[in-house]
Amino acid sequence: MSSVILRDIVKRFGSFTAVEKTSLEIPEGEFVTLLGPSGCGKTTTLRMIAGLLDPTEGDIEIKGKRFNDIPIHKRNLGIVFQNYALFPHKTVAENVAFGLKYRDVPRDEAARRVAEALALVQLPDVGDRYPKQLSGGQQQRIALARAIVIEPDVLLLDEPLSALDANLREDMRVELKRIQDRIGVTTVFVTHDQSEALAMSDQIVVMSDGRVEQVGPPQEVYNTPASEFVAQFLGASNILPARCTARANGHVALDSDVFGQIDVPAEKAPLVVGEGPAKLVLRAEKLLLAALDTPANGEIAVDATVETVDYQGQAVRYFVRAGDAQLQAINMIDQRPFSEGAQVSLRLRPQDCAALPA
Amino acid sequence: MSVETREARQPWILLSPALGAVALLLFVPLVFIAVYSFWLRTATGADQVGFFLDNWAEALTDEFYRDILLNTLKIAAITTLVCALMGYPAAYFIARSKGNKAVLLLLLMLPFWISYIIRTMSWINILGVSGAVNWLLTGLGIVSEPVQMLYNETTVILGLVHFLLPFMVLNVFVSLDGIDTTLEDAANSLGATKWQAFLQVTLPLSLPGLAAGGLLCFVLGAGTYITPLVLGGPTDAMFANLVFEAIITQLNWPLGSALSLMLLAVLGALVLIYNRYLGMAQLMKGLG
Repeated sequence: MSSVILRDIVKRFGSFTAVEKTSLEIPEGEFVTLLGPSGCGKTTTLRMIAGLLDPTEGDIEIKGKRFNDIPIHKRNLGIVFQNYALFPHKTVAENVAFGLKYRDVPRDEAARRVAEALALVQLPDVGDRYPKQLSGGQQQRIALARAIVIEPDVLLLDEPLSALDANLREDMRVELKRIQDRIGVTTVFVTHDQSEALAMSDQIVVMSDGRVEQVGPPQEVYNTPASEFVAQFLGASNILPARCTARANGHVALDSDVFGQIDVPAEKAPLVVGEGPAKLVLRAEKLLLAALDTPANGEIAVDATVETVDYQGQAVRYFVRAGDAQLQAINMIDQRPFSEGAQVSLRLRPQDCAALPA
Repeated sequence: MSVETREARQPWILLSPALGAVALLLFVPLVFIAVYSFWLRTATGADQVGFFLDNWAEALTDEFYRDILLNTLKIAAITTLVCALMGYPAAYFIARSKGNKAVLLLLLMLPFWISYIIRTMSWINILGVSGAVNWLLTGLGIVSEPVQMLYNETTVILGLVHFLLPFMVLNVFVSLDGIDTTLEDAANSLGATKWQAFLQVTLPLSLPGLAAGGLLCFVLGAGTYITPLVLGGPTDAMFANLVFEAIITQLNWPLGSALSLMLLAVLGALVLIYNRYLGMAQLMKGLG
């Protein structure tokens, strides 16, 4: 059963269209991420589900009921805001108990549920403190506790991790997913961070310019991007002009200037139909640099020159030139990276390639 | 000179012009007034230098002064309440309006460009016997004779509200403007209606601004003599009018000094109580 359904939702602000005709079904209990760069319409979509914005056109259904005209305070949704939005003049316990006041929960049951929620976010002892006395990560946990203590039909998370620093963000990512698994609430998560989306989601909805580019599980969206935008946005990709010359035996033969013919598995080129111009998608992480004399075992090998080296510790981002094309490669390394100007052999496996229609 | 002493001196160097001005223009005159209050005005009209407690005895024991002081505090309190009730919604509207906030704030400041005395006297043209309201009422035949609406306590309060409302609006505005609007969204999402969210979140968070605006209105209202002079009747004198009367009319500087110090002490005590419970920081924020 679908928990949240968006039917042909449109949101315009004056002449600007923030969200173009979008339809989406979110199954019960799933963790769905709206992913895209800023201005792609992901937050606008979330705010429409929340009831903070009214859609210009289209219907929003939650649990089989049309929600368009239901005011926000009757929607029973848990929202975690980017800046936490904790009430600074109320203690942590009062913050968490806030939603229970409007649900006729008896006092002792409310106290028990607040304690449970605080235990769930692993902050059982901060009930009588004020939000300002807590760290950013702790405030975020309290905001989460406040949103889930009301047992919402849907949990809406608006970039909840973006205000945290990098290490804390990764901890909270794991924590948030653990809590969501535990309570099994349908969750809509908005982020611009692809690694958060890939790590946490059951389904990723990639958005760009107010449109949905692709919907699918993380591996599918990552491995088989449905558009050039998705390929570029989720990790770094090289996109090369190519020609589809044949389609047979579960393979699509793609001919490009740099690599010659590559037999891309058909399931990684679902949108390429027939012969003619196409685009070859090469993930930067799948493009490996090797010393010139390394034997190629079944891989495609092309000579290239290293142009730029961007050293990042355990990984290096190279920009290499092969023929007319400049390509990006992100390689894990355990020793010294290749130096700029070095002649190398570029390696890639056909099954790591994907193809898009031109 | 070591770095530490230089750094320690720097704030004082920067503060010195302001401290100099305060000392010269506020503290020194205040000491003069305090000294004056112990002098005595003789029957001949000359001031007798010395240490006399007569003025203080008169100021503190005469029921006439006590009643006018209480009446002054009452009028200031009513004015403050009216300003709060009228100013809060206005401040809320400005704080929540999108885009034209600057224009609205400019409109709010506009009255300050005209002298307070002129603004007060303008009410005579509106409510006076030959004023706009009476012209309309007689013109429409609602009344046959012009009605006397001026020179009572209500018009004094009206004039004070007219004068003080912008101070209230500005203070509440600063407070409201600093409140994150997603707090109300959060309250709504948790089940509170707009009104409940306002009562639970926005109102309590804006109380410091309301209190700061209230204090300003009260102190300024209680210390004014222009409004009751222009818009009040003979029985509507406020405490500052007594000071005015003593010093300007009777030329009794010693008594006027004692009376003005009395008012200063009462209002100063109120500021201290405010500071004890709400802190001056918010007031500074409101003024800045």
